[in-house]
Amino acid sequence: MLHIINKSPFENSTLDSCLRVAKGGDILLIEDAIYASVSGGAFESKIREAIGKFKVYALQPDVEARGLSGRVMEGVTAVGYDVFVDLVATNENCQSWL
Amino acid sequence: MNHYLIKEIEIPSIEVNGKSYETDEEGYLVNLGDWNMDVAEYIAKTENLNMTEQHWEVIDFLRKYYDEFQIAPAVRVLTKAIGKKLGPEKGNSQYLYELFPYGPGKQACKVAGLPKPTGCI
Amino acid sequence: MSEEIKKFMFVNRKAPYGTIYALESLEVVLITAAFDQDVSLAFLDDGVYQLRKGQQTKGIDTKNFSPTYRALEGYDIEKLYVEKESLEARGLTEEDLLVDVTVLSREEMGELMDEQDVVLSF
Repeated sequence: MLHIINKSPFENSTLDSCLRVAKGGDILLIEDAIYASVSGGAFESKIREAIGKFKVYALQPDVEARGLSGRVMEGVTAVGYDVFVDLVATNENCQSWL
Repeated sequence: MNHYLIKEIEIPSIEVNGKSYETDEEGYLVNLGDWNMDVAEYIAKTENLNMTEQHWEVIDFLRKYYDEFQIAPAVRVLTKAIGKKLGPEKGNSQYLYELFPYGPGKQACKVAGLPKPTGCI
Repeated sequence: MSEEIKKFMFVNRKAPYGTIYALESLEVVLITAAFDQDVSLAFLDDGVYQLRKGQQTKGIDTKNFSPTYRALEGYDIEKLYVEKESLEARGLTEEDLLVDVTVLSREEMGELMDEQDVVLSF
């Protein structure tokens, strides 16, 4: 299962909910959710923990737009739109957390 | 058989050297990248402006300002910034209104291919 | 109309691009500048991300409006305040920002807010 999250973790509980409920699979952080993947931020340990259970991706164009290239923490894979499409296509199921 | 009349949607545009450039209803260029000096001359003519070296100097200043800050400056800000860069004899509203009688904000931005300044009515 | 100058504060709490708030606030600030009031901008929570250096929006096909914060000085808007705790929670420091700001503690920010005549929240 692919979990897509697009809200800032500081503003919205979707990341927390996803991590609490989901059993595993892929997590793709897009739009304001990419802030969760910034090293040195308040969500670093939460994402680090998640990396053991999920494969975590961050959408690179959204990272660049927000001026955070080079700040994405280790263990999170920065990907382009092509991989976004691949993830949607290869996963049996996909959930956009709203 | 049914015939549907599809109404043609008119997109405002100007034609310069055989090429068409999209504008808004007021004649401002829609795409910043479309701008060149011929287009500027054309827009100036529609505004009844006779472009001189002094006009071009202001246009050039505006385009550089936009490039740096991504906005068209308010007249007050433009006046002050021009004064700083080109001297007080140019950085005053009398000088700028003589060049662009309908407002250095509105009119010069139009010729420069920029959007209307924010807060300009 | 009263000639009295009022203290206006714009409180920015949203990240850029994900929602329209940041850009809307900036436009209102630029318009407000024409009225010669005592304007200050406060950045807290995700609002501090608005001032992050090095934004490159080509990949999301959206206008990068971050350079416009540098134009504020020319509009005589020079009071920019950033809450320290918000920066820290996001792993950012003053050096990560694209304009000069005054960093305030939560306590100081609250006091400054209390002094305002008008507070507009974005």
